[in-house]
Amino acid sequence: MRKTLFATLILFILPFAVAAVEPDEILDDPVLEARARDISQDLRCVVCQNENIDSSNAGVARDLRLLVRERLIAGDTNQQALDFIQARYGDYVLLKPPFQPSTYALWLAPGVFLLFGIGVCILVLSRARTRRPNEALSDSEESAVAELLAQENRSDP
Amino acid sequence: MTRILATLPILIALMVGGFFLWGLNPDRDPNAIPSVLISQQVPEFDLAPVAGVNIPGLARADLTGNPGPVVVNVFASWCVPCRAEHAVLTRMVERNSVRLMGINYKDKPEDALAWLDELGNPYERIGSDLNGRAGIEWGISGVPETFIVSGAGTVLYRYVGPVVGPEAEAEFSTALAEARAAKAPRT
Repeated sequence: MRKTLFATLILFILPFAVAAVEPDEILDDPVLEARARDISQDLRCVVCQNENIDSSNAGVARDLRLLVRERLIAGDTNQQALDFIQARYGDYVLLKPPFQPSTYALWLAPGVFLLFGIGVCILVLSRARTRRPNEALSDSEESAVAELLAQENRSDP
Repeated sequence: MTRILATLPILIALMVGGFFLWGLNPDRDPNAIPSVLISQQVPEFDLAPVAGVNIPGLARADLTGNPGPVVVNVFASWCVPCRAEHAVLTRMVERNSVRLMGINYKDKPEDALAWLDELGNPYERIGSDLNGRAGIEWGISGVPETFIVSGAGTVLYRYVGPVVGPEAEAEFSTALAEARAAKAPRT
């Protein structure tokens, strides 16, 4: 059972681990290559749109991978290489969009929702706690109930 | 407090409803990729002519200092929609005296030559972008893509995909008419 589960898990994970980088693209310098792979993972493929260029087989993705490597060899920092491509394809090409007025909602929504949820929880819990003492009957209510019960018992045969 | 809580469901319903209205709007194309080039200068590029084709190549200098707007079409012989679009572009050049420039994207020169021989050549200039580098400068995601560039060299409009069919052609003609009108008062 455990083995089957493990195998299924692997099967599901494997496709995501595959990169589309072809052997002829890989740089001789392992440090530069590692940086290129890092950058590629932050760049969106403009054809497939929900894939990064590191795992996309599209022609443009390959061109961009080559371009990134070229920029690194030319001495660019990671940020400069990203900026170079962003200047041509816009914010859209970044899988991690910059924090700016048009993306405030995108970046802040999760936090706002979390705070909102916590707020509602606190409210509900505190109300539940404060209401409990009110649920106890007052002295006059207590005696009224006793009276009613006594009457009920008396009328019963 | 209770009153605020009571209005919450309505508020949430309004927010979700508004989001749906925006998302389900048939005019919204979620796949549209905004081009950074719009209202910017034509990118730096310099392409040699396609080998064997008897017209000059295309560079940035050719797209600045024109008397009116020009159309830049990115095409390739291996691109099937380009074949359909070719007839539309040819018609525009013949009937509406559009000035059409071409970027031959990642195409073997002999294939491009055969393609133009077969279908005719409406282009004034064609640059051969063998490695797709000029394509990256233009920020294209595939072929065909068509740009309208003002006479001064500002990119005014970008159409992704083939300009084929009444809707696409109407949209493109409108953009072209606007480009021509925008140019008129200044000259």
